[in-house]
Amino acid sequence: MSGMHRDRMKGPKKPRLSFQRTIQLLAAVLFNGYAIGFWKGRIFTGGSKAFCVPVLNCYSCPGALGACPIGSLQSVLGDRRSGFPFYVLGTLMLFGVVLGRAVCGLLCPFGLVQDLLHKIPVKKVKVPTLIDRPARYTKYVILLVMVILLPAFAPTETGIVSPYFCKYICPAGTLGGGIPLLLSNPSLRQAAGLLFGWKTLVLAAILIASMVIHRPFCKYLCPLGAFYALFNRFSFYQMHLDGSRCVDCKQCERACPMDVEVTRNINSPECIRCGKCKSVCPTGAISCGFTCHTKEAGKARSGES
Amino acid sequence: MRTKIRWSSLGMLAAALAFIAIGVLNGEYQEVLGKAVRICLECIGIG
Repeated sequence: MSGMHRDRMKGPKKPRLSFQRTIQLLAAVLFNGYAIGFWKGRIFTGGSKAFCVPVLNCYSCPGALGACPIGSLQSVLGDRRSGFPFYVLGTLMLFGVVLGRAVCGLLCPFGLVQDLLHKIPVKKVKVPTLIDRPARYTKYVILLVMVILLPAFAPTETGIVSPYFCKYICPAGTLGGGIPLLLSNPSLRQAAGLLFGWKTLVLAAILIASMVIHRPFCKYLCPLGAFYALFNRFSFYQMHLDGSRCVDCKQCERACPMDVEVTRNINSPECIRCGKCKSVCPTGAISCGFTCHTKEAGKARSGES
Repeated sequence: MRTKIRWSSLGMLAAALAFIAIGVLNGEYQEVLGKAVRICLECIGIG
C-alpha cells in the first residue's frame, strides 16, 4: 500500500492544537503580555490598565496589561467616596451580552490552567448529582456576598473595604500575582504571612481538584462565571442544536466538561461554549456563532420544547 | 425561518454601553486605573 493511500485511509490529520486551545493560549499571552514584569518583580503601570479585561486575570500579575473586572468591581464598591460602579458593571455587561460564558471556555487563563491539569492521567471523579447541582449555586452566593454586598455595605473606619473575594479566595491572584511577585521580589517575600499561607492552600486545593474534576473553580466558585452565566441565554454568541439532524446518541452530553444536558438545554447557564459537544457530534447537528434571532427561532434551533 | 432582532439582547447591549459612557464621564476609569497600577496586597495574599 502506498504512503499516500495509507494517509487517505487514516482520514484528515487532526490539528495539534484545537481551536479552543489556540484561542486560550493567545488570550493568556495577550492579557499578560508584559513579560519583563515577571523578571523584574514589578507590575505594568501603563494606561491600558484603565480597561477591564473580560477574564479573571489579577491586575497584580506582573504580566497583566489590563484590570481584573472582579477586583475593580470590589474596589469601586468598597470605596465609600465612589458612586455606583457604572463603568465596571457596563464593561462586564458588554462582555456578557456579546459572548456569555464563551469568555470562560475560550478566553480565561485560569480556565486554561484547569483544562491542562485535567489532562494529567489520574483517575477522574464524577461528582454525584445530589452534591453537584446545589454546589453550582455557590458561585452565585460568592458573587452576591463577597463581591457585591460585603464591599458595598460592610462597616469601615478608613472608608475603604477590603476586596473580600480577592483577599480570601481568588486562586488566579495567588497563581498569577502572588507567587511570581514573591519569587522575584524579596521585600514582598518578607511580608508574606498567614494570609498568604491560606491563599496558597486554597490554590493548591483547586489545582489538585482540577486533576480529577473538570474545571471545579468554574463550576462551583467563580463569581465572574456566575455573572456571565446570567447572560448565556441573551448573548449574541449562541450554541445551536438542529433538532432535525440530532440522532439522540448523547455523545455531546458525555463529552461536555460542564455536564450540560446538551440535547435539552444547549444554552444552559453552565455552558462555557468550549465546543467539545460540537466536535464530537456525528451528524453535525451542533453549531455556534453570533446571531440575532427571536426567542421562538432560538428555541426551535436549540431543540427546546 | 426569518431572522429577527432579539430585543432583550439589544436592550442589554444598549444599557451596557450607556453604563460605560456614564462611568467614563464620571471618571470611574481613573479609579480603576489607580487601583490597577499599584500592587494589590490583598489580592496577592499579603495585605
